[in-house]
Amino acid sequence: MELELRGITKRFGAFTANDQISLKVEPGQIHSLLGENGAGKSTLMNVLFGLLRPDEGEILIDGVVTSITDSGEAVRRGIGMVHQHFMLVPVFSVTENVVLGFEPTKSLNRVDYRQATEDIHRLSRQFNLDVDPDAIVENLPVGLQQRVEILKALSHDAELLILDEPTAVLTPQEIDSLMEIMRSLAAAGKSILFITHKLKEVKAVADVITVIRQGRVVGTAEPSASESELASLMVGRDVRLTVEKTPYDPGDEVLEVRDLVVLDDRGLVAVNGVSLDVRAGEVLALAGVQGNGQTEFVEALVGMRPVQSGTITLHGRDITNLTPRQALDVGLGHIPEDRQRDGLVLTMSVADNLVLNTPRRAPFARHGTRNLSAVNENAQRLVRDFDIRTTSIQEPASSLSGGNQQKVIVARELSRSLEFLVASQPTRGLDVGSIEYVHRQIIEHRNRGNGSLIVSSELDEVLALGDRIAVMYEGRISGVVDPTASRESIGLLMAGHTTETASV
Amino acid sequence: MSETSPARPSLWVRYTSSSPLVVTFFALVLGLAFGALVIVTTTPAVLDAWRAIFHGWNGLPHALNLTFNNVGAAYRSMFTGSVVDPQGLWHSITTGNGWTNTLTPISETLTYATPLVIASIGVGIAFQTGLFNIGANGQAVTGGIAGAVVGSMLHMPEIVHLPLTLLAGIAGGMICGAVPGVLKAYTGAHEVIVTLMFNYVTYAFLLFMVLSTPFQQPGQQNDIGRTMDHSAQLAPLFGTSSGLRVSYGVFVAAAVVVFAWWLLNRSSLGFDFRVTGANPSAARASGINARSVIVVVFLISGGLAGLAGVVQVASTTHYVDGGFLIGNAGIGFTAITVALLGRNRPMGIVWSALLFAALGVGGRNMQATTGIPLDLATVIQSAIVLMVATPVLVKEIFRLRSAETTTVQLATTGWGS
Ligand SMILES: Nc1ncnc2c1ncn2[C@@H]1O[C@H](COP(=O)(O)OP(=O)(O)OP(=O)(O)O)[C@@H](O)[C@H]1O
Ligand SMILES: [Mg+2]
Repeated sequence: MELELRGITKRFGAFTANDQISLKVEPGQIHSLLGENGAGKSTLMNVLFGLLRPDEGEILIDGVVTSITDSGEAVRRGIGMVHQHFMLVPVFSVTENVVLGFEPTKSLNRVDYRQATEDIHRLSRQFNLDVDPDAIVENLPVGLQQRVEILKALSHDAELLILDEPTAVLTPQEIDSLMEIMRSLAAAGKSILFITHKLKEVKAVADVITVIRQGRVVGTAEPSASESELASLMVGRDVRLTVEKTPYDPGDEVLEVRDLVVLDDRGLVAVNGVSLDVRAGEVLALAGVQGNGQTEFVEALVGMRPVQSGTITLHGRDITNLTPRQALDVGLGHIPEDRQRDGLVLTMSVADNLVLNTPRRAPFARHGTRNLSAVNENAQRLVRDFDIRTTSIQEPASSLSGGNQQKVIVARELSRSLEFLVASQPTRGLDVGSIEYVHRQIIEHRNRGNGSLIVSSELDEVLALGDRIAVMYEGRISGVVDPTASRESIGLLMAGHTTETASV
Repeated sequence: MSETSPARPSLWVRYTSSSPLVVTFFALVLGLAFGALVIVTTTPAVLDAWRAIFHGWNGLPHALNLTFNNVGAAYRSMFTGSVVDPQGLWHSITTGNGWTNTLTPISETLTYATPLVIASIGVGIAFQTGLFNIGANGQAVTGGIAGAVVGSMLHMPEIVHLPLTLLAGIAGGMICGAVPGVLKAYTGAHEVIVTLMFNYVTYAFLLFMVLSTPFQQPGQQNDIGRTMDHSAQLAPLFGTSSGLRVSYGVFVAAAVVVFAWWLLNRSSLGFDFRVTGANPSAARASGINARSVIVVVFLISGGLAGLAGVVQVASTTHYVDGGFLIGNAGIGFTAITVALLGRNRPMGIVWSALLFAALGVGGRNMQATTGIPLDLATVIQSAIVLMVATPVLVKEIFRLRSAETTTVQLATTGWGS
């Protein structure tokens, strides 16, 4: 499909999220959109998919002006969209999810499952999208769920596929296979609009790159451009892609974890006897493929999941099995993995979200009455310091772009005085400029002599931040290495080899 | 695009797409229109006139005329019965006489609205926390009993007696609200079921109290409790001789409104409530203790319902009987709808309680003067609530530009959004 956007403008109140955006996607092309957090990429895609109505501009499909009034219309026009946040029904099977809303029917309006299953088999063969049509979605790892989303998007003969940050939650292996899939789709003549913040991915698959800043197209780039060129085009200034760290000079042990055992939601052992130390002035990066117990480990640290056995001490004080409140009070900072579930109240204002876990601390409240001017001042300051893009601190958090929502949490946690920082995927969904800033903040926190535990499935991040790198595999620590270790050796540890066998 | 909206939507469009007030207003219009339809279809004379037009169009003017007369009379009597009769008002202004008659409708509306506001705010606070207090009526009943017991069986000067009576009402409601709260917090028992069932428990308790305890009115065999001392009553605002029932209870209600506004918008506790209501997972991660929030919310919600009960007794009948807050008088049930209509906000609740009170009081006048049953008021109330609960429908009917709320919500749930 040939798609052309001409002069698309979308306003939210007085704020212009898309300003006269024009771009063209050729058949068989992978067109990548690059842009800072809040640049307006998702807004543009939502306009294209009929979820938002543009205030100005037109959409041309194969040269014909087309009005897309809702997502059903978009689907009928051959557009498929994969939202970053999965829109799947967890308890339904793959087949049921794929046909949902467009079920093929037999007489008496019965769903024709055989037909549906056949369709899925055909599609998955055609594009190498291996999934079991009968599997229940909630039992699938994220990478496979992503495939189901793509199948769903393709199942209505989509000729244009929108992928809005599909790689944010995927493991490196899953990303590789997604890129393979994208290439084979493009080879089959499908057009793809691909949004990501990871410049490596853009360079690897994109045919054309359009850069958007503050709602406007600021230029196009060739995939051959260097990462730093792309980064500065995107952010409008030079970005350091590596963090500058002062030399590693660790102090005493701050956090000591001994033989920790934690269960997951189904009651199975997720963390199986983990022992770790984090010292003052040190960042310990916890690497590993998602789903190897990192989530449960972190939740146990911050009091959100009971510890079965083992101990956690902070500055020699036993903090095993604290309540979340107590964990906050002893000075644990927490950047949760699932920001919309645990980190934000989307319906509440940015200002309120910035004091979400400290509403009672001075100066935000006195004698049980909130001091709203202090809350607002705090918000004003953090919005400025952390460059949170919002039209007003009174806007609900839901109106922020994905990356800016993440910045709200990072700003909140790093701005209060912490004894120890626990961060899960702290830069997930952030643009390069914001990643630079957040990394600097974490390093400053370390330089003040505090300990941090950073969980990340992003190898680059692990290598950039970690003073030491612990790798978790199936609930155990498979090895602890220096950041000078090779990517390959860390990769082997992540696959379950132990330090001895992995040392290269 | 051929059908894109103008670059800068007009003020009216932006207002209508955002303000819930507009939706409520149109819902009211629709509710009244629906009520008119009910009047037409249930008044035989009007219905016959409409049937007649099947035999010839010349019957149409008559049918229309009859319709307007009937509907007009009904709604006029509703208005004059609940707000003011313009003729009477003019008479009073020009002659200075008959103020009692002129002010009675509004006084009655306020009398009915007073406990309703208090109970609805209690329900609204629970709603904002994501908790359904369906037991407000039972809590109001226990509050009423507790207040009536203290008000009638203890004797002391007014300066202590009245506050003590009100406090007893609050305590009664709190006790009754605490049970479902504690059960929910510590055993996970669903509050809807427990509070709903507690309504029956309290009703049985009421009958027991007024039939078989020293609280029964001396010398009575009937289900009636003792009468409260004067020192425990909420006196009429304009004195007993004024003939107007509106009492000092309105100040109690006003205090509750101020308290609730502070609690929800300015207090740390209310912040916890709202966070819990909007996102329980984030509440937990932010160190909010869900159990204590649940218990405290039920104490407050129950306490306010209890206060509503005691205000009701202390300002109107001054005793409780076996029919206390039963059926149509069940303010605790009405409170649920009033809270919904007022979007759980204190000032919204004030307006919706006044509307409901006016419809109820006016409905009684309508029944008396036109013979149209009081239930029509309930029909209108229900229609309004239905409409408000489905803003999309109202916007569609009146072609208000629909705010892109649903899609935007969709569009902002993701990592990449
Ligand atoms: N419903 C809304 N009301 C007000 N402003 C909004 C709304 N939706 C989006 N915005 C604003 O529009 C801007 C663009 O948001 P958008 O989600 O398109 O950004 P993005 O480029 O996808 O960013 P990210 O990379 O962080 O996902 C943001 O500044 C956001 O605050
Ligand atoms: Mg986005």
